[in-house]
Amino acid sequence: MVYKKRFDNRDWEELRPMEAKVGVVPRADGSALFKIGKTVAIAAVYGPRDLHPKFLQNPSSGILRCDYNMLPFSGHGERVRPGGSRRSKEISMVMENSLLPVLDLKDYPNTVIDVFVDLPQTDAGTRCAAITAASMALADAGLHMKDLVSAVAVGKVGDKIVADLTYDEESYEEGCTDIPVAILPNSGQITLLQMDGEVSPEDLNNALQLAKKVCKQIYELQKKALKEQYKQ
Amino acid sequence: MKDQKSHLLKALEKGIRYDGRGLTNFRPIILEKDVSKSAEGSCSVKIGNTEVIVGVKMGVETPYPDTPDSGNLMVNTELRPLSNPEFEPGPPGEKAIELARVIDRGIREAKAIDVKKLCVTKGEKVWSVIIDICSINDEGNLLDASGLGALIALKQTVFPKYEEGILYYEEKTKTHLPIIREPLPVTVYKIGKYFLVDPLSEEEKLADSRLTVAITKDNVLCALQKGGKEPLSIDDIDKMVKIAMKKATELRKII
Repeated sequence: MVYKKRFDNRDWEELRPMEAKVGVVPRADGSALFKIGKTVAIAAVYGPRDLHPKFLQNPSSGILRCDYNMLPFSGHGERVRPGGSRRSKEISMVMENSLLPVLDLKDYPNTVIDVFVDLPQTDAGTRCAAITAASMALADAGLHMKDLVSAVAVGKVGDKIVADLTYDEESYEEGCTDIPVAILPNSGQITLLQMDGEVSPEDLNNALQLAKKVCKQIYELQKKALKEQYKQ
Repeated sequence: MKDQKSHLLKALEKGIRYDGRGLTNFRPIILEKDVSKSAEGSCSVKIGNTEVIVGVKMGVETPYPDTPDSGNLMVNTELRPLSNPEFEPGPPGEKAIELARVIDRGIREAKAIDVKKLCVTKGEKVWSVIIDICSINDEGNLLDASGLGALIALKQTVFPKYEEGILYYEEKTKTHLPIIREPLPVTVYKIGKYFLVDPLSEEEKLADSRLTVAITKDNVLCALQKGGKEPLSIDDIDKMVKIAMKKATELRKII
């Protein structure tokens, strides 16, 4: 059960090289790209706009709708059939839950904010990259936000607690626990928490502490990219 | 709509377009190769603000009964809702299907890929080539961006390792897809009596008709598609084909 060295030679708590850019889809109301290692997420926001069919409308608030989509050539191995899957439906839903707490949609009754995230290339951590990109795109769209949302997968590979797992680590033969986490960097609140694998309560706590720590780096990059877009 | 059109026509009469270009000038084109490491070949094409990402995935399948020794080709377009507020999630609509089929015909009819070289075991196993075209930002002329992207992505494509019936996607070989001819589609639009290329979304909407002409390197026409509600005369078609051929030659220089 000993994982001596990471497959890509990173330190246990080190994130893969990241890149963040705002305004990558000029047609959208807000957009952003977030790259972490070989995982690339492009997010675009449209709205607040009319919501159809009408019965979905909420007269006291706008609603948030996320759509997570891996492009057909983005997966490991075979082509991913387009058109959505049970997996993409679930991820879209947890994305909504992780982003909604920072938004205040009371001012936009009966409308929808659509967030679309497409991934042209993936190597694990896609839902976290999608959330990170989406939160920048929402800010770029000029919506009122209490905070950004930064997300990363932490976990346990063999006997080591690590940050930002790769696909190779997720398929580590002797066991891997994958814990995607989204954090509001200023309050430290957690808005996404999932886990695949086994972990002791102590290790879970350690992993979450680690997530909180490394999300700060992501947050700084998100802020930098947003400032870059709006500097004079 | 009517007012917009007369406004556009007035401007075209003076040879001016919304963004100041000449009638048969393209916006600046930016190509980036190998944008998706998980694809066997990929690229991104930007024409002005319009952007598409094209990825090619390869697989091994049973051949179609009528072509037991030829590889399979498929072209699919994803008009992603992130690229245009009018696009909605869900199965491809007629616009996406037409786009994919026009690109497909250009590649298929030009015999761009030497499909006989994609045969593994006759009647049992052949390579399949699937081209996925995904719109990232639609500000007009997805058709030409897609055609350009499909050709460049195909030229990038390498075979993954295949041994004893197992595909190893993570191990790419150095063998490129056998591309023997290079079809390139160019779409010419007609608005009133004017012909223009590379339309913005607004121009695309106001156009009376369009003609997509796929042309090989040696100037052979290999696929045509007329679109739009208004008819075209033979004279119109002659003119449009000429414009398309000239533009195709120009576009080839940047590949």
